[in-house]
Amino acid sequence: MSDDTPENDLVITVRDLRVRYGEREVLHGISFDVRRNETLVILGGSGSGKSTLLRALVGLEKPSAGQIRIKGKNIAEISAAEMDAIRKKMGMSFQGGALFGSMTVGENVALPLREHTQLEDSTIQIVVRLKLEQVGLAGFEDYMPSQLSGGMKKRAAVARAMAMDPEILFFDEPSAGLDPIIAAGIDSLILKLKKAFRMTLVVVTHELSSAFLIADRMVLIDKGHIVAIGTREELHASTHPRVRQFLDRVPEPEVQEELDYLQMLTEVPRDRSR
Amino acid sequence: MAEDSLELTVRIGRATLDGLAYLGGLALLGARAAYFTFVAPFRGRPLRWQRVVHQALAVGVEALPILSLITFFVGVILALQGAYELRKFGALHYVSSAVAISMTRELGPLMTAIVVIGRSGSAFAAEIGTMKVTEEIDALETMALDPAQFLVTPKFLAMVVMLPCLTSWADLMGILGGSLFGVTNAGFTFPSYLRASLDALYLRDITTGLIKSVVFGMTITAVGCHEGFSTGAGAEEVGRATTAAVVVSIFLVVVVDLVFTGLFYFTGK
Repeated sequence: MSDDTPENDLVITVRDLRVRYGEREVLHGISFDVRRNETLVILGGSGSGKSTLLRALVGLEKPSAGQIRIKGKNIAEISAAEMDAIRKKMGMSFQGGALFGSMTVGENVALPLREHTQLEDSTIQIVVRLKLEQVGLAGFEDYMPSQLSGGMKKRAAVARAMAMDPEILFFDEPSAGLDPIIAAGIDSLILKLKKAFRMTLVVVTHELSSAFLIADRMVLIDKGHIVAIGTREELHASTHPRVRQFLDRVPEPEVQEELDYLQMLTEVPRDRSR
Repeated sequence: MAEDSLELTVRIGRATLDGLAYLGGLALLGARAAYFTFVAPFRGRPLRWQRVVHQALAVGVEALPILSLITFFVGVILALQGAYELRKFGALHYVSSAVAISMTRELGPLMTAIVVIGRSGSAFAAEIGTMKVTEEIDALETMALDPAQFLVTPKFLAMVVMLPCLTSWADLMGILGGSLFGVTNAGFTFPSYLRASLDALYLRDITTGLIKSVVFGMTITAVGCHEGFSTGAGAEEVGRATTAAVVVSIFLVVVVDLVFTGLFYFTGK
């Protein structure tokens, strides 16, 4: 990783991050940076720990060791009020959308504005319409989330995440569970946001095509370790066996024994240096 | 043998600790709801009355038909059971006071609590549990909205206000139920039955019932929300949380009832 980036251009710095669920450690010491206005894709297979990493970044999971700094502040140490201030400048689009089922799409997008700003109701309505327009859902204000298709739910979730004009936008598996055409639509939406708003984007995905399309840089995570960090070209050129296996879609040998499976889940690989 | 008894001790100890931790969780939820009701509004986080009213309608007003029906029947049953014993002594006219006192002191609050557990305690657990499963709780947190403020506080307020209201209504319906028997079988006219009921009641009969109902309301909300928040992943977990909310609420309501009834008895109320 290049060290020539000035310190104040790093929006997020992660140093030796470890997260454990009870006895089981999921992330075994992760370090990387996110630079201002870049799109960083966190790539990894199922159970690699990539979703846990994202949850830790937005403060939903407490690190058991190491630190996460967002705009210079260690989020494990700051007060709840400071964390709220940071969160108002972050947006998160969840895998299933996580829209509030009891509210209309418009109310979902309006919620952060109603709760955190003193804006007039008429102004909020305008902002809501604008945000929905940006994700291609103009006119869907009065629909309930249950009336939307999977792709539309994700778009609505993006609109809600953008309601407060965040500096950092997080995506959890934006194309998971969508057909290729809708997924491509979400990818182009992310590209559009990237161009139009100069936001810092952090995207977690296991979709290679989508990752290579939207990423400025990528982090490949495997079994709780970072195996590679770099630009698209650097990752493509990598000769690391795990990177090659992931990019070339080589299946893992089948697990025969229960013990092997348990070992695979919990093992801290020693032979692999990153 | 020594190992067996050791294991038993360990098990009892663990169960006790788990129980205490559970009660601690309930108390914490209650404390946070109290914070967001009484402290946070003065620190720039206003209470959303709209949500409280919405909950109060769901918890209170919508429960009225079924609660009325149930407590009316309970009143009739009380009168029948009371009369069974009273007529042996030729004291059938005491049926009105028997119904009035047992309704206001005990069965009004208890039946109300049980109806509300079935309607709202379970709904709280299911609502919050589903939101947990679909990551909506996480979404609230990432939007810097406290789930305790957003979801729990309105429920607490609604329950604490609505349970005494419902209980008063239940008391009335129970007495009306008793009057059905009183008028048809015990020689009362309707006005004389009501008069006899009123004469039998002291204010403290009603207030002790209402005090209990407030505590029942807090218990039911805390258990429902706590079970919702402790929902794991998957739809079947929501079912588990809902069932647990109902069972634990009924148990704790009875325990609270016992404690308060004992307290009122020994303090002369």
